[in-house]
Amino acid sequence: MSGSLFSSLLVVVMLLNFYCIGASRLRALIRAVSLQGVVLGLMPLLVHGSATADLPVLHVVVSLVTALIKGVVIPQLLLRALRALPIKREVEPLIGTVPSLVLAALATALAIVFGQRLAPASTPGAALVVATALATVLSGFLLLVTRLKAVTQIVGYLVLENGVFVFGMLLVEAIPFFVELGILLDLVVGIFVMGILIHHIHRDFPTGQREDPS
Amino acid sequence: MSLTDRLLQLTLLALTLAFVAPLLPGVIAKVKAAIAGRRGPTLVQLHRDLAKLWKKDMVRSETTSWVFSAGPAVTLVTTLFAALIVPIGPGPAPLAFEGDLILFVYLLALGRFFTTSAALDTGSAFEGMGAARDLTFAALAEVALLFGLLAASAHAGSRSLSTLLPTFDAATSTAPLLLVSAAFAIVLLTESARVPVDDPNTHLELTMVHEVMVLDHSGPALGLVLYGAALKLLVLAALIAHLLLPPLTSQLGWLALLPTLLGLAALIGLLESVTARLRLSHVPAFLVAAALLSGFGFLLEVT
Repeated sequence: MSGSLFSSLLVVVMLLNFYCIGASRLRALIRAVSLQGVVLGLMPLLVHGSATADLPVLHVVVSLVTALIKGVVIPQLLLRALRALPIKREVEPLIGTVPSLVLAALATALAIVFGQRLAPASTPGAALVVATALATVLSGFLLLVTRLKAVTQIVGYLVLENGVFVFGMLLVEAIPFFVELGILLDLVVGIFVMGILIHHIHRDFPTGQREDPS
Repeated sequence: MSLTDRLLQLTLLALTLAFVAPLLPGVIAKVKAAIAGRRGPTLVQLHRDLAKLWKKDMVRSETTSWVFSAGPAVTLVTTLFAALIVPIGPGPAPLAFEGDLILFVYLLALGRFFTTSAALDTGSAFEGMGAARDLTFAALAEVALLFGLLAASAHAGSRSLSTLLPTFDAATSTAPLLLVSAAFAIVLLTESARVPVDDPNTHLELTMVHEVMVLDHSGPALGLVLYGAALKLLVLAALIAHLLLPPLTSQLGWLALLPTLLGLAALIGLLESVTARLRLSHVPAFLVAAALLSGFGFLLEVT
């Protein structure tokens, strides 16, 4: 759990949150979330530290499936949807880019502080995992509620779900079943995304934007 | 550490400050030229320029005062002083003492104060604008630098750069080290006026930041400015190199340090070739990001 490569991956995930919130081009945003997905996919392999000898088959499968779905399939779907839409960037978020970066920074700082208290004391290195998970969930939430474009909102949901996945890394040894559930949730997200993209955005919102009813 | 060892280290340090520092901008220029498909200036171009400038006459505007002459001199001296505090090479720095990290940050600030004062002293509108921008960026970069050093200090339990930089390593605190290194990389680019923040090649007064402040210096004073800038690049690159490298114990450490310094310069050249400069209004956000990175590193260390 305290492997140095593992903690670097957690830091990369944390930094990608900021990139997602700071990015205004939708294509860059999707690329970032795809990279985050691939990084998450590597995590189950490293969760033991550096032991590669007795790697359970389940972890390898979880890794591959996660990297494939989060890093390739969903981003490709989003990019494909983007090609059909006339929009290329998030123009008027409800909260501007800089204020939302400040909010994300506050959230991350709080996550780091609370991570120390919330982490189970028995697992060394768990504090950073909890901090990253909380920071990622909060960043995804921020992205989800402050942006107007449907694509950005989906990315926000993905980031939020990535945070849940990071949290699952704590339980990977105790309850591997939880990891499988996480993957299943991913699949649900994939289908959800597909459903929204193919059926709703283009038909109901020709501009690809959430509109106020008034 | 024996006396001969110490003497050897001081000699190598003096040689590094004199000859490797001007080499770093040469490496950057060479990498940029190679990527653009040009042959580029020789690696020792800055050494030659310095020798040439030293022989030249100096032109001084009649409206300037002593502040203008003091600018390059004080900047160079403070940077040299900083170079004696940061450990460059194995063993502690020549002037290492407990608490020197604060002095290090403020030596850089003092040098900047005199550079900008000299720019303001000329009375040129463009130079004043460059000075204002430079100070804006520096104020933000200083936060990142201080937080990063404090994180390393909290980890090592020491307030001397010579102790804390080698103790802060990847094995015991990976995440803070990564965050602080990334923040220092941004500080390095800002302090040495490199691409995402400033463009050393631009020739429009309106877009220059560091270059415009030194427009009025000529001859030996310009030489001091150029050498001071190269020295600052070396000092900050050494700061990052000591974070990335394992503790250097013997004089063989120079063999690891020098390639790392040149490699960092090559990386800057690569970065300058593949990225464009940030819009001026976006630079503060970039620097605040650096401050946040080292702030998170600090939080991870102290909580």
